[in-house]
Amino acid sequence: MAKDLLTPKLVSELNRFCPGCGHGLIGKIIAQVLEERGVEDRAIQVYAVGCSCLISTVVQADSIQAQHGRAPAVASGVRRARPDAVVYTYQGDGDAAAIGLSESLYAAYRNENYTAIFVNNGVFGMTGGQMAPTTLEGQKTATSIYGRDTSVTGQPFKLAELVAQMPVAYVERCSLTDAKHIAQTKRAIGKAFDNQLAGKGYSFIEILSPCPTNWKMEPVDAYKRLQDIVAGEYKLGVLKDSEEE
Amino acid sequence: MKKLVIYKNRCKACGFCIDQCPKDALSLGDEYNASGYAAVTVDEDECIRCGTCYRVCPDSVFELIEE
Amino acid sequence: MRRMMKGNDAVSEAAIRAGCRFFSGYPITPQSEIVEYMSWRMDEVGGSFVQSESELSGISMVYGAAACGLRVMGSSSGPGFDLLQEGIGYIVSAELPALIVDVVRYGNGLGEIVPGQSDYWMVVKNGAHGDYHCPVYAPASIQEAVDLVSVAYDKAEQYRNPVIMMYDGAIGQMMEPVVLPEMKEHDPDKFEWSMKGRGGEPQKQITSACYYRHRDPQVYVDNLRTKYRTIEENEQRWESYMADDADLIFVAYGIMSRSCREAITEARKQGLKVGMIRPITLYPYPVKAFETLPENLKGFVSVEMSALGQMVEDVRLAVNGRKPVYNYATGKMIPDTEEFISYMKNVLEGKEESV
Repeated sequence: MAKDLLTPKLVSELNRFCPGCGHGLIGKIIAQVLEERGVEDRAIQVYAVGCSCLISTVVQADSIQAQHGRAPAVASGVRRARPDAVVYTYQGDGDAAAIGLSESLYAAYRNENYTAIFVNNGVFGMTGGQMAPTTLEGQKTATSIYGRDTSVTGQPFKLAELVAQMPVAYVERCSLTDAKHIAQTKRAIGKAFDNQLAGKGYSFIEILSPCPTNWKMEPVDAYKRLQDIVAGEYKLGVLKDSEEE
Repeated sequence: MKKLVIYKNRCKACGFCIDQCPKDALSLGDEYNASGYAAVTVDEDECIRCGTCYRVCPDSVFELIEE
Repeated sequence: MRRMMKGNDAVSEAAIRAGCRFFSGYPITPQSEIVEYMSWRMDEVGGSFVQSESELSGISMVYGAAACGLRVMGSSSGPGFDLLQEGIGYIVSAELPALIVDVVRYGNGLGEIVPGQSDYWMVVKNGAHGDYHCPVYAPASIQEAVDLVSVAYDKAEQYRNPVIMMYDGAIGQMMEPVVLPEMKEHDPDKFEWSMKGRGGEPQKQITSACYYRHRDPQVYVDNLRTKYRTIEENEQRWESYMADDADLIFVAYGIMSRSCREAITEARKQGLKVGMIRPITLYPYPVKAFETLPENLKGFVSVEMSALGQMVEDVRLAVNGRKPVYNYATGKMIPDTEEFISYMKNVLEGKEESV
């Protein structure tokens, strides 16, 4: 007999994300993964600034809010202070790839034994949908009203590919586009936490996630866009697995 | 027999579950919840208790439990 | 047992002995000895040391470890201390204890690596945004710095606020005999707020966001006012030297107070009635030291190793118009006894202009 499918105990009754936002879904998956491994009471969640900071309204683990972009450094302090804790960072693309790029890469470079969850929705969400490093070429945002001009701004930023250059345990890019991809996202996050529990070092999971509000799309269309357009630029799959090397 | 539980108070009517349901068993109802959303409802006869809605919902609206 | 130690080494050892088990920093002169000392010493006591990729990152690691209840320390100097401000502001707002050390070098921008006192405004008046203060200790000797380290940790925990120790590069790099305290254990689990995972309890949050910390804006305001008024009432520290009957009182802290003291001793021999107030805390500023003034007092001289004179603003607030205040900003030089005495005479003969 299959198990009951219940709301994870860590997940709050209500959260503050917009309708259709991927953050709520990712938070639920993290909670499931922690509870399936029985480590929810040892979890310390480090989030930073932007929409991702509302993750503590979904996942009610012990939580520390870092400065904008600095979650990887704060988590590095937590990692040393609490060797028995299960530590993860939760950051958006503006946070991890723009202002916090240095902290992101150096945590990977040190192969910190924690799990990094990186949510790529291609915009600065909380401030109103401005262009992020991850914004696609031609994509209209509040600071690229004619579409992103990559001749001026540079190309969409591939943080996962950069992290994969570091001596880390695991890097995978996933998507929330449909039930099948969501299941794969859960497997990837699970593997990232298993790596940490086994002391294998830094695992980085990038998740393509919709922002219906700032993309100005119906939620269902936003989820479809992940596969039809976003995944064309940001290829899904495992970018690094130290076990395979 | 499994039972699909719907926490209508959590629903934001984003429609992703309706889109992903393999049996088209879900639709937005005409009741509004406390947050002002027309919460999702299920057609029990069409629902096969596969749990897809549980897996895709961003707001943990669904549970599937053994009665 | 007294032993000869370099200031930066002694402060690092004092922190270890106060129970500090996390340090993260970045090399910068004249603070680098702290980073060097901690790099091997933390290992010996089972603590953690990280040489961070930047001060921004280093103070963030300090923030994370502080959130877990550890006694933590960060340090930098001048331009590096600028970069700590973001983290310090967040640590303050998250109401966590920490010890941050500024080993002051001279000048603006990259400035110079020589000792200075020109970080006063940044450190005492805050470099980060918002309504806050950090208690600031300004030791004048290595022994005093060592003794203040454990005081700083206790106060940081009592008020749930980072504490800054500020001394110039001279105190940081010279050697003096020092008696170190006994090794103390610190239990990171003694705080109800320290992060370790829920362990079956409700969620705990360490955050600097107003809307999580104090949803009621009046509670937010009251909390801050109460904390800093209490600190201002209870934590002023200073030393008075021959000030009771003085015609002229110098106000000097840190290394400057040592030359000033020597000059006053000599001046007294020459019949000049001068004295000194030496602030040990710069926040809270020791205004109580200025409450009762000698009847014959002609004025105060704020003397400081900076180009413009920074502390003089606080001296003026403390004096509050009752007497003239003179701004003896000496740049990167520390006046010798002769120069001090000549300045005293000029003031007493009305040849200097007050501010």
